[in-house]
Amino acid sequence: MGAVFEGKGEGKEMSALSNVIFWIVVIPGTIIAGLVASWIVRKVSALVQWRVGPPFCQPLYDVMKLMGKEILVPRDGQRTVFIAAPLVGLAGVLVLSMMLLRITAAQTAFVGDIIVAIYLMVLPSLALILGSSASASPHAAIGTGREMKLVMGYELPLVLAFVVVIIKTGGQLNLATIAQNAPVLSVSGMLAFLVSLLCVQAKLGFVPFDIAESETEVASGVIMEYSGALLAVWKVMQTTMLVALPLFLVMVFLGGFGVSTVGAVAAGIGKYVLVLVLLILIKNTNPRLRIDQAMRFFWVYCGIALVAAVALAMIGDCYGIHWL
Amino acid sequence: MKALKKSVWVFHVNTGACNNCDIEIVNLLTPKFDVERFGIRLVGSPRHADALLVTGVGTRQAAKRLQEVYRQTAKPCVVFCMGACAGGTGIFEGAYHVAGPVDKIIKEVDPNAIIAYVPGCPPKPEAMISGVVKALAAI
Repeated sequence: MGAVFEGKGEGKEMSALSNVIFWIVVIPGTIIAGLVASWIVRKVSALVQWRVGPPFCQPLYDVMKLMGKEILVPRDGQRTVFIAAPLVGLAGVLVLSMMLLRITAAQTAFVGDIIVAIYLMVLPSLALILGSSASASPHAAIGTGREMKLVMGYELPLVLAFVVVIIKTGGQLNLATIAQNAPVLSVSGMLAFLVSLLCVQAKLGFVPFDIAESETEVASGVIMEYSGALLAVWKVMQTTMLVALPLFLVMVFLGGFGVSTVGAVAAGIGKYVLVLVLLILIKNTNPRLRIDQAMRFFWVYCGIALVAAVALAMIGDCYGIHWL
Repeated sequence: MKALKKSVWVFHVNTGACNNCDIEIVNLLTPKFDVERFGIRLVGSPRHADALLVTGVGTRQAAKRLQEVYRQTAKPCVVFCMGACAGGTGIFEGAYHVAGPVDKIIKEVDPNAIIAYVPGCPPKPEAMISGVVKALAAI
């Protein structure tokens, strides 16, 4: 890999050959990386619970098995939206992953791409809401309401956390230049990182915020009526989010994913695995919250923490105190 | 179909059991027996399931619901009759509330259903694991 990237520095364009290789490899690579990441989640959860856990190819077996089952569409459901929703969700997550991986590989970005990324991150949740409301089932309707409330809860703290980063890096809207600083090494940056970690936990649908897809409460709520290949698309969407969202957090808060040397790549992978392990540990040590507890958590506690973080960031920016 | 043997998602249906078999099934899904090694996972919706773990003798009220749940399970699927009651009415033979053992109820909906029996009152979790593995090897 080093030979492919030599001859270009930070901010220069990639050579034609590495460009072609990148665009061929990125979509299958993202999906495979998502399956590996979901195996890491299940294996680490198993080790934390003192058991063995699934074999390495288990997520692949799950997806292949689902492709072989029949697709049942509810009689009263809206067929078009029911079938289109998982595809829209997967498309949104794949575009987000492509964008982030492109920025990582080429170390260049465009102005305002952090806004595009925030916009694309809403698409999977929106697709879940649309798909479950097209399901014509009372359990799915409860799941829809809960997912909508959850999205309203965590979107604002997530955006505010990124505003903190934008203030700390001096008003840059370009992910490649943001990724060159490590805002987590300051007080406001650390607060924003912790809050955004919990918001990403909610977006991924992990405990304590897996309220919408709560298996035992509402019989799998949002994706209850899905089966077969459509369910496989939902599962692949959720595993691909496991690639895109921690990578986004690494680029915004932890100082990016450099590709210039082997050491930089190893450090980047280490940061990504650190974020993933934090998400897994939070997932395994917490019970599920109720939707009103979750909304109160995001609006009141995260809101206050973020207002403090924004204030500290602005004071630090005004007076040149970098550790605030 | 080869992947079906490596990844079995189960859904638990109680058609009027005394809860003994249900407790053993829930024991089975705890970290102590670690059925995730075999790819077995508990799911919350029959549409996601590959195997229905049916307990209890088929009562008259539960018979229609069991048939509806079976129709909603995405095929191909396997029905596991856990326990003596599900296998063949057990100690409730000839009682007023029995609508037939579980395999008779399922075969009314689908004569070609794949049904496996795990006897016991209640069957031990190890017996259930052995039954599931043997049934999957025989498909």
